[in-house]
Amino acid sequence: MKILVPTKRVPSTDEGVRIRPDGSGIEDATLVHIINPFDAIALEEALHIREQHGSGVEVTAVGIGNADFESELRTALAMGADRAIRVDFDVALDPWSVAQVLASIVRRENPDMVLMGKQAVDDDCNQAGQMLAGLLDWPQATFASKIEFIEPARLSVARETDRGLETVIVRLPAVVTTDLRLNEPRYASLPALMKAKKRPIETISHRDLGVSPEPKVRIVHLEQVAIDRVCVRVADAAELVRRLRYEAKVI
Amino acid sequence: MSILVVAEHDGAHARPGSFSALAVARDLATRSGERAELLVVGSGLDSVAADAARFAPVIVVDSPLLANPTADRYAQIIADVAKAREAGSIVANSTTFAKDILPRASALLSAAMAGDVTGYSFMNGELLLRRPMYAGAAMATVALTGQPLVITVRASAFPAAEPLAQPGERIVWNVDASTLPNHTEYVGLESRPTLRPELTEARVVVSGGRPFRTGEEFEKYVGRLADALNGATGCTRALVDAGIAPNEWQVGQTGKVVAPQLYVALGISGAVQHLAGMKNSRVVVAVNSDPEAPMFSVATYGLVGDVRQIVPELIRELGQ
Repeated sequence: MKILVPTKRVPSTDEGVRIRPDGSGIEDATLVHIINPFDAIALEEALHIREQHGSGVEVTAVGIGNADFESELRTALAMGADRAIRVDFDVALDPWSVAQVLASIVRRENPDMVLMGKQAVDDDCNQAGQMLAGLLDWPQATFASKIEFIEPARLSVARETDRGLETVIVRLPAVVTTDLRLNEPRYASLPALMKAKKRPIETISHRDLGVSPEPKVRIVHLEQVAIDRVCVRVADAAELVRRLRYEAKVI
Repeated sequence: MSILVVAEHDGAHARPGSFSALAVARDLATRSGERAELLVVGSGLDSVAADAARFAPVIVVDSPLLANPTADRYAQIIADVAKAREAGSIVANSTTFAKDILPRASALLSAAMAGDVTGYSFMNGELLLRRPMYAGAAMATVALTGQPLVITVRASAFPAAEPLAQPGERIVWNVDASTLPNHTEYVGLESRPTLRPELTEARVVVSGGRPFRTGEEFEKYVGRLADALNGATGCTRALVDAGIAPNEWQVGQTGKVVAPQLYVALGISGAVQHLAGMKNSRVVVAVNSDPEAPMFSVATYGLVGDVRQIVPELIRELGQ
């Protein structure tokens, strides 16, 4: 069984992002980057499946971007991925373009499953997995918090929805996107990271892949969101209720 | 030409958030000369369709094969209807239902999509959409290429559409069973029944954090205060991870995004991911024993103290 895990490079969620004064993007020169946390969960799940199924499972991490993306792919190798592929792109892609590129990787690699994060924590789109499933005409199970094999090619997936936990069964090949509570990703150890530096990363140009996606979403402008509230400290419950009633008029 | 609003429903009524999506669609339709129409998909839709028709013309796709909202079938129906109606845009409320289905539909239509839209404007005739990025730390203005445009909107950012003077027409869309995908088997939905308002639709949300160590304790303080305010309950990720509260109550970047009139944060420190889910609330109250908690920096009113002591006092004050 082959599992493909797209891993996006994103700014670390521990630090606040700063928008460039001209609104053209974020100040990323000093930012620490990580594997998108939801993709790390997807990778952990793929590794878990391999551990349960044994040696017949191959886990391939895929990055789409410039040479900087190799750092996150090496982290993926250090966590335990068998292979890493980077599709070389100089520009940031929208979810539609990502789905196009992933679809052509899928046609080339013929995986049984694509496991990926439900959203990337930079653009917060939550679209690429669903679009990929649509392009491939594969079943999808989004926002997974539990994945179980009930047959070699059938998965039971618990999905986190607004209304509660929904369970669906999908037949492989399928796209599954991961939610937070699926697992806790392992750390890549320092020795493993050192070793991963020597491992090869297959690099494919998008021309070789035969895709030239045209983005459909154009970011015109970005601005920093500032919260302009000044907190009024109240003395006790009585003052709070009084202010909510007569000042804010919300109760 | 139409602007299609994919209405989410519970089998009897369309969900209130869908009418915010309709309000956006009506406005876009007025500018483009199109017609805003509701699309309801499901099984046994007579009462949903009648309810929806009070607000707009309704396209009804009613089939036992659509009894459960599986993305593969629903996305195909939406794409088929959008093509037949020559939809210029497809709009829905931004919920897990829409987030699951609409990106797939947009791929089938080769359509551009923007999610979680909180505002829009026009520049030289081009529609510009505003949507948050980076857990709400940034607001992006985006433009979409091609047609149709697929948009999900945050219901809290737009007022709901008013009913029409006369009910709209109902158009029945016949499902060709042979064309529906058969990829997914729906097993079921497990949800906690609640008499409280739905989190994303509530006027008041009371949320709890780490001080509450059991489900009973959460209910005793957060639940009771929510009831005293006729509000919904929410929580932080930590409480869901600890099994104290169900995941559908989680407020934050990766949970639900709410913007009620009043948000009461009980013992919530205010991690960036949580703030992303509630900072657009109109009035925020923070109650925390730590006077330095980041939640105070986004709060309208702050009260330093032990939530176990303060909540019963608040409930008593509210009763007076």
